[in-house]
Amino acid sequence: MDILGIPILSFLIFFPLAGAIILLFIKKEETIRWTTLAIALVEFVASLPLFFKFDSATAAMQFLEDWWWVEAYGISYKIGIDGISLLLVLLATFLTVLCVLCSWTAITFRVKEYMISFLFLETGMIGALVALDLILFYVFWEVMLIPMYLLIGVWGNPQRRIYAAIKFFLFTMAGSVLMLVAILVLYFINLKATGRSTFDVLELYKLGIPMGTQHWLFGAFALAFAIKVPMFPFHTWLPDAHTEAPTAGSVILAGVLLKMGTYGFIRFAIPLFPNAALDLMPLISILALIGIIYGALVSMMQPDLKRLVAFSSVSHLGYVMLGMFALNTQGVQGSIYQMLNHGISTGSLFLIVGMIYERRHTRMISDFGGISKVMPVFAVFFMIVTLSSIGLPGTNGFVGEFLILLGAFQANIVYGVLAAAGVILGAAYMLWMFQRVMFGKITHPKNEGLKDLNAREVITLIPMVALIFLMGIYPKLFFNKMDASVEKFLKDFRGKVEMKADLPAPKAVAEVKK
Amino acid sequence: MKLPEIDLYLIAPEIIIAAFGFLVLLVDVFAPKGEKKGYLGVLSLIGVVIAFFYTLPLVGSGKTGFEGMFTSDGFAIFFKITILIIAFLTVLISMGYATREGIGFGEYYALILFATLGMMLMAAGTHLIVIFLGLETMSISIYILAGMLREDRKSVESAFKYFLLGAFATGFLLYGIAFLYGATGTLYLKDIASYIASKKLLDNPMLLMSLAFLTIGFGFKIASVPFHMWTPDVYEGAPTSITAFMATGVKAAGFSALIRVFFTALPEFRPDWTSIVWLIAVATMTVGNIIAISQNNIKRMLAYSSIAHAGYILVAFVAGNKSGTSGILFYLMAYAFMNLGAFTCVILLGKKGEENLLVTDYAGVGFKYPLLAASMTVFLLSMAGIPPLGGFMAKLYIFSAAVEAKFYWLTILGVLNSAISVYYYLRVTVLMYFRESEREITGLQFSPAPVIALILALIGTFYMGIFPANVLSFAQKSIAGLM
Repeated sequence: MDILGIPILSFLIFFPLAGAIILLFIKKEETIRWTTLAIALVEFVASLPLFFKFDSATAAMQFLEDWWWVEAYGISYKIGIDGISLLLVLLATFLTVLCVLCSWTAITFRVKEYMISFLFLETGMIGALVALDLILFYVFWEVMLIPMYLLIGVWGNPQRRIYAAIKFFLFTMAGSVLMLVAILVLYFINLKATGRSTFDVLELYKLGIPMGTQHWLFGAFALAFAIKVPMFPFHTWLPDAHTEAPTAGSVILAGVLLKMGTYGFIRFAIPLFPNAALDLMPLISILALIGIIYGALVSMMQPDLKRLVAFSSVSHLGYVMLGMFALNTQGVQGSIYQMLNHGISTGSLFLIVGMIYERRHTRMISDFGGISKVMPVFAVFFMIVTLSSIGLPGTNGFVGEFLILLGAFQANIVYGVLAAAGVILGAAYMLWMFQRVMFGKITHPKNEGLKDLNAREVITLIPMVALIFLMGIYPKLFFNKMDASVEKFLKDFRGKVEMKADLPAPKAVAEVKK
Repeated sequence: MKLPEIDLYLIAPEIIIAAFGFLVLLVDVFAPKGEKKGYLGVLSLIGVVIAFFYTLPLVGSGKTGFEGMFTSDGFAIFFKITILIIAFLTVLISMGYATREGIGFGEYYALILFATLGMMLMAAGTHLIVIFLGLETMSISIYILAGMLREDRKSVESAFKYFLLGAFATGFLLYGIAFLYGATGTLYLKDIASYIASKKLLDNPMLLMSLAFLTIGFGFKIASVPFHMWTPDVYEGAPTSITAFMATGVKAAGFSALIRVFFTALPEFRPDWTSIVWLIAVATMTVGNIIAISQNNIKRMLAYSSIAHAGYILVAFVAGNKSGTSGILFYLMAYAFMNLGAFTCVILLGKKGEENLLVTDYAGVGFKYPLLAASMTVFLLSMAGIPPLGGFMAKLYIFSAAVEAKFYWLTILGVLNSAISVYYYLRVTVLMYFRESEREITGLQFSPAPVIALILALIGTFYMGIFPANVLSFAQKSIAGLM
């Protein structure tokens, strides 16, 4: 499928970049905002055909494009999506639109540079999600860092933005350079086994890697992704980055950037090194459980709304990892679903915190109280989003969490019990926070005159709420898309684990590239 | 007695560079006094371009001449192209900078051309005396250039320090060559190798001494730890354009000679030098990066960063395989673009009298001079190895060569160093974009020549990052004769 003669995925990658270049030549701030919104909307609409034209029956990569980039080294420009990345791509294009909307009045200076960074970020995100060549993936993975770094550093909170920005960059960088070494080692193992130089991940899936090497390589990949997720104990950059980032930055960080870590596990780390993944399953599950409980407990004690939501992310991402490493159908499906849920629920929470912050210029829970009386519309949205984050039946959060718990119980009953306990804690900190902010008497005189949401803000939140219910009530729509891919993921995994993977890979037939 | 065959066509680029060097000197003498001498730069540029077009037909010829003392193999040609690009950009940035600082007279450009000549000889020599001649031609020119700002104490200190230590290092090198001659009776690189191989001289103490001396001599020129002590002071004091020239040109030429001598003449000693250079590489990367973090002067910071880059290149040298050597060629070219680009930004942001050189001076520049700051960011990120820029591809090739040769720990130390380096490169961007300026930078003058250099460097940096295939395959072909 083509748009303007460009294959759709390439279009989705490079359209925001082209948009960013157009923005360079616009002077008026208002025009810049509208243009960016238009670009983001076009991008979103252009990504919709992916959903409708996607063939749910096959687990193969779709909308495939395959060109040489550096032929001498076997680096290719190979992109495509399957049921796992499809929904994440859509989430990215969808959230970008909302982010532009919610930055409308929040960003008051250097609007042009801000919007350019955002579009640049979108290019990086889409690219990383569709890349099927390890070097290409790495390139986009790193490209995402710079705009996010700028978003936090320039438009973040005055007090600690620089610290947070540098911490974000260095943590991610330190993990990913080791992944680069692992990628290179993998490349040479494949070169030796098959005689073909390629970074094509679909080719590398077929490779059998000796056990000792597999552990090292999995370790390097897992470290890079675990930092990004972030898993306990690599999570310390996250609360800082979230708290200091501007609202839209937090939304996109929670919504998509963190998913790069979990996506990395499911696309690269587990299928490439299944035996190592199986061996390290208990370790990762336990770290995920610690993340769940620890994140929830720390959230409970946060006086700062945004920090609370940030730590709740650590807890939610713990579920995602737990479900994934249950390595059964329910767990993995729940895990992918929860990735989307977290993007929507936590994204909305950050939007809501941003909205109230714009009005009061504080995020301390103790400064609020009784807000539901003065802002009834806001209260409704906030309630729905809070319930979705807790995982109330009927909302999206329930479906994901339920499946993850099912998967976890099958994998190990202790994990299941502990994770279920985490759900209770989740409800506790969210509801307690909601009670302190929204109910009771108005104790602070400044809160009396707060204006309710305006039309732009309502428009920003309505799609989120609609998705919360849609995904909660009719999840089949989305599971249909991922079923085949998840089945294949698990089938390949089990197949390779049983083979013990010590055998050399079958000689692959050389494909002829364009 | 048969006269040696002389193929002048083979050394046409060198002849042209030398001729234009003298021409610049002459024109300067006969030109009317007192006026601005912008045409001297233009004349030098023309010389470099002509030499460039005389170099291109030699691609793939692989001829040797002068009784085998001089070669035009792919390796030499690739380096000559890199060196000519460096010379071209250096002259371009000098046309703004040297005029501003009042040193834009004939000798300045002539010496740049003579240094270029020396570098080209180093890349093309297959006889130790030719290499040594090239090295001295280059070094002496650079000694003088470093002290060009003769009213500036730092510049004079820089020249004097470089001269004293450089002379000492040259002594080591010459000693090494002498021992080599003593043990093998020849100065031809290939003959040395075959003599050592046939006589099994691996335990010969004279040869081992020579190996050590050569390592020291070349180690000094490429600024590797522990022979790096001169670098920060010299780089800081020298005129900025010359610092850029040293960091890229001298380094490239030093590596070309190092690779040529070790790979052609001393391959038998590979196990010996591999372990030594392994240590040097790690020390060079680590010391360079860690000390760079605490620098406040941008030129000193870039000096330490250039030490670190020498370390990365040594990683590929240790790997010693084909992909490593072609990786070095690729790296040096990419490094030339990004480093010269960064120095161009430093020059454009500076003022007469070497002002605005502290990293803190850059506070708030980001939004005041957006394009300049964005370019600086691109160059710094490229040096940090962030894709899709040239520096990333260069590092990728180098580290992949090290992985291929199974130097896993070396690779891991290399990439971790690369992650450390991100910190100080980012620091400049932090200041440029995240902080308000305390002291406004005003009254910058952008003369056209450095701006052109900046644009060329940007194009080079992006091109090598996004379309690396052409340069890489050229580099791979270029080392065919060497390995």
